Amino acid sequence: MKNKKFDFKDYIRQRFFPHIWCPGCGHGIVLSSLLRAVHELGLNKNEIVITSGIGCSSRISGYVDFHSLHTIHGRALSFATGVKLSKPDLKAIVPMGDGDALAIGGNHFIHAARRNIDITAIVMNNRIYGMTGGQFSPLSGCGKQATTAPYSTIDREFDVVDLAKSAGATFVARSTVFHANECKDIIKKGINHKGFSVVEILTQCPTYYGRKNKEGDAVQMMENYKTNTVKIGSKKLEKNPGLIQRGIFVEKNDVPEYCEAYDRIIETAMKGQA
Amino acid sequence: MKNNNIRFIQGNEACVEGAIYAGIDFFAGYPITPSTEILEHLAARLPQKGGKFIQMEDEIASMGAIIGASLTGKKVMTATSGPGFSLKQEALGYACMAEIPCVIANVQRGGPSTGNPTHVSQGDVNQARWGTHGDHSIIALTASNHQDVFKITVDAFNMAETYRTPVVLLLDETIGHMREKLVIPEPGELPVVERLRTSVKGGVDYHPYLPRDDGRLPMSDFGGEHRYNVTGLFHDMWGFPNNNPNVVGGLLRHLVDKIENNVNDICMYKEYWLDDAEYILISYGSSARSAIHLAKNRRARGIKIGVLELQTLWPFPTEMIREKCAGAKAVIVVEMNMGQVVTQVKNAVDNPNSVFLANKISGELISPEDIKSLLRMIQGKGV
Ligand code: SF4
Repeated sequence: MKNKKFDFKDYIRQRFFPHIWCPGCGHGIVLSSLLRAVHELGLNKNEIVITSGIGCSSRISGYVDFHSLHTIHGRALSFATGVKLSKPDLKAIVPMGDGDALAIGGNHFIHAARRNIDITAIVMNNRIYGMTGGQFSPLSGCGKQATTAPYSTIDREFDVVDLAKSAGATFVARSTVFHANECKDIIKKGINHKGFSVVEILTQCPTYYGRKNKEGDAVQMMENYKTNTVKIGSKKLEKNPGLIQRGIFVEKNDVPEYCEAYDRIIETAMKGQA
Repeated sequence: MKNNNIRFIQGNEACVEGAIYAGIDFFAGYPITPSTEILEHLAARLPQKGGKFIQMEDEIASMGAIIGASLTGKKVMTATSGPGFSLKQEALGYACMAEIPCVIANVQRGGPSTGNPTHVSQGDVNQARWGTHGDHSIIALTASNHQDVFKITVDAFNMAETYRTPVVLLLDETIGHMREKLVIPEPGELPVVERLRTSVKGGVDYHPYLPRDDGRLPMSDFGGEHRYNVTGLFHDMWGFPNNNPNVVGGLLRHLVDKIENNVNDICMYKEYWLDDAEYILISYGSSARSAIHLAKNRRARGIKIGVLELQTLWPFPTEMIREKCAGAKAVIVVEMNMGQVVTQVKNAVDNPNSVFLANKISGELISPEDIKSLLRMIQGKGV
């Protein structure tokens, strides 16, 4: 569909709309960036399997017109590993919320990265559990308000990029829903990358995180993504090291991809048989 | 001439051979005693035939991976024991709800918790039935010797495909680790059921979750022409989440009926000397070996005793048991737990007061002597 102008209707299941997201939720922008990325890559819809867990973000899988697998909380990467290893021709995309990916799903996250299996993991980081009504997540960080932290959080947060890097992901990037085009470009690169790709996208949950933490409405929260983030290595970091960096942090092409490595195991095992 | 089809192997290997015969393509697992040999042997065997093996980071991930692989059209299996079986339960329920064909071998050890890892138990019979939350139905099979382990493994794959359901293979430590002879059947000797795929052409609306009149749902592989949604939520015929009361009630009923309405086809058992039996031993798995041994021995002394060996534990063969036990003076259920099958048998027979439990829960295999003591008491002969 590459030569055709992008029309989101070509990629969604209209029957299943309207979506469940609140007005102002950032997840719709992630969806749109993802669909544009797929369009620009010219992928055939039949070759994409989108696998998700549980949470507001995970509903993405049902809305898109790909093969879609809406699984259980935290385990999407393990299901996707089965899909990908059993049929490596498929493109595996796994959108996850921050709690889904890194609390209950943390083990699968680091092991998928370690294996370097060709899956694109999109961590939609809104720093809160939205679907269950505003509990803090392992990405909330200290001093935040949440229904389960009425006196403020004392839990430190993960840095998704650092975690993915040290677990061995061979493509690691970050963007925000304010930077929808950059987001799309990074997702494209993530999908094209042969190996485990982690794309963290900062996205707002105005309903719970925003309201509890007095960060304003959706527009204000998006505005913050503009002012609080910079491109990797920006000069602004010298004055203000607290700014969040965006861009591609890791892109390694010299690590064997898991399914390809397994193909060589098959060759060896079959030789032994002959 | 050397016959390569005759082996002297462990029960866990017999299970592997059965899986290969049934056409397994994909296995995901995690090491745990006493099922590890299944994992080890498939690590070697699967790539030899172009299949895929993966050792996952935990039991939960193994269950997730086989479900994912099943959806691309593969025949899949995982294997575990006690604690690992507990960990798999959530994803097992997902496979029930989303109707994913898969086989889960649980080589039982003593529990609860870490329990008695290297010793035998049959304590997971009820967990196989009710381990995952919510109403559902399930198929669970078991066997008492390696030839039968092979066969029920093939049956498990066949039933998983036929009924689009997870099938649990309830082996036990004794069967899993014991070595005995296995004759591998020739190809074609045992039936092998392949996946039922939809004949709906690409571009035509395919309803992945609309059962045919016979209750079966033809599948379409991920990567194929039909793109549809799979979810653990209650869903409509497109697989899309739906909590309309009619959809919810209808789906739950379908999930239960597709199995419970086929009890007769799923029900497998063996019988020994039942025709004139006044005393019937009902048993399964390794404890059935002791039951058969004792019955043979007592028969030689003129006692009218027989054995009903269950191979299908779930759905429970209530009707069959009622019929077989109708003429018996006493029924003794021989099992290695606190009485998980005996409860079902009491529910099944006309006279529950005639049903007794001969059990052993110490991690040792129940012996013919153990059963004999109870039999003598029932006969009024004293111990
Ligand atoms: S609760 Fe938050 S994350 Fe969930 S849909 Fe609403 S705004 Fe989005």
